[in-house]
Amino acid sequence: MKYLALIYAAPGAGPDYGTPEFGPYMDGYRKATETYKRDGVMLAGEALQETSTATTVRVRNGKTETMDGPFAETKEQLGGFYMFDCANLDEAIKYAAMIPTAEHGSVEVRPIMDIE
Amino acid sequence: MASECSRHDSSARKALEALARADTGRLLGALLRDVRDFQLAEDCLQDAMESAMAHWSRNGLPGAPAGWVLQTARRKAIDRFRRTRNFERKAEEYGRLIELDQQAVDSDEPPAIPDERLRLIFTCCHPALDRKTCVALTLRTLCGLTTREIARAFVDTPETMGQRLVRARHKITKAGIPFEIPEPEDWTERLNSVLSVIYLIFNEGYSATEGTELLRQDLCLEAIRLGRLMLELVSGNAECEGLLALMLLNHARAAARLDEDGRMVPLDQQNRGLWHREKIEEGSRILDRALERGHPGLFQSQAAISALHAQAASHAETDWQQIVLLYESMHRLADNPVYLLNRAVALSYARSADQALDALAMISSALDGYQPFHAAKADLQRRTGRHEAARQSYRRAIELSGNDSERQFLASRIAALDQAAEIAPAASPAPQSC
Repeated sequence: MKYLALIYAAPGAGPDYGTPEFGPYMDGYRKATETYKRDGVMLAGEALQETSTATTVRVRNGKTETMDGPFAETKEQLGGFYMFDCANLDEAIKYAAMIPTAEHGSVEVRPIMDIE
Repeated sequence: MASECSRHDSSARKALEALARADTGRLLGALLRDVRDFQLAEDCLQDAMESAMAHWSRNGLPGAPAGWVLQTARRKAIDRFRRTRNFERKAEEYGRLIELDQQAVDSDEPPAIPDERLRLIFTCCHPALDRKTCVALTLRTLCGLTTREIARAFVDTPETMGQRLVRARHKITKAGIPFEIPEPEDWTERLNSVLSVIYLIFNEGYSATEGTELLRQDLCLEAIRLGRLMLELVSGNAECEGLLALMLLNHARAAARLDEDGRMVPLDQQNRGLWHREKIEEGSRILDRALERGHPGLFQSQAAISALHAQAASHAETDWQQIVLLYESMHRLADNPVYLLNRAVALSYARSADQALDALAMISSALDGYQPFHAAKADLQRRTGRHEAARQSYRRAIELSGNDSERQFLASRIAALDQAAEIAPAASPAPQSC
């Protein structure tokens, strides 16, 4: 089964660039990604620019409306994602728990819908 | 002829009811192993039960009713697979069912029912499911209760409970919650998740958080039944034994916990003659076996405390010092201020109520929204003669209470304080216990 792991955190909750904690934090991401590739479960994984760069798009009555900012203003923001191919939810949870941001933010694991 | 039919009819209904209670877990587990889809397995079992009602009413009961239902349910699954759009994706499950059905036909006997209840309970109590959902799902699938019965036990409408169960089956299937025994590295945590769901069922029956009926014995008995099942499936596990011992020891006091008017009777005022000796003995025996294994755990500690209460001749003769130590060991196993609250209450009997109040002060911020904290504090204030403070604490506890019987009990404590004040306005500190 395919799963999307959505990585959420409040801005400033994790280690800042330039602090001693930042290096090991990024190293954690590098190691996690290596593990996913080694185990053959990694389908994709990217980090996103901050929500201040987001544009929200809606089409109403055939007209495209854009709005500056994310879809929802929440304290925890979507910062990146991985897509895994796993046998079951237990495996997906195990890999999601390796994401370093899970230690201060949250990772939402969602199965990908199988369109028949 | 008509009477023959109705006789078959009622015996079929009775047999099916008994089968649902005794064998749902086994049947569903066996089906799930082959069809690997929770909703489908439940639907096929339901279909098979309906077929059974029709056939057995007409022809009488078969020799092996449960085997008959399993074989019929497998055929229902074969039918449903054939009718699905993406049939080829279920080819493996389909092939296996055909093979099993052929085996049963060849041997001319109903199939044996493999015991997959352990996998089933691990699935129903998966940590990715909401706790109340786990409770409902476990009662439905392992205990064979109907949705209506579960709804009644939880003061929910059958529709709401039905929707909860539908959502749960949907999530299990769509999110890929596995039908497996957990890996060794996850075993302890996952087993604990199962045991805590069983204990939730027990507590729901023991101290209902809502509604007017404090004791709902049925849920306690279901939980004890599940506790015995777990011990059968995972023999030699100290925490499984600890949980079963705890439930038996607590349930032994059931008859003494309510007075004739349905009001809660506190431990120190219970008639110990009403305690169920056999349950206390069985619980104590199981606990001793658990403790000998040398794998301490929270359920064993709680059972040990319950055993000390059960074995004491009176409230005053209870080994409070040992209870204080047990709560301390629980706090070391799992950092939880509620253990410290209980420790403080035990300390009030082992040492003094003043020392207990000092201990409470240290956890007051963590437990400010917790009803038992204010009830315990009120009691200690009353015992040390701080009557006005006690009234305030009782009032706060009443505000936080979710249960009529408990509210009545707390209100009666305030009334007793008021009465004492009228009789003796300048009363000396109240006696240690009442």
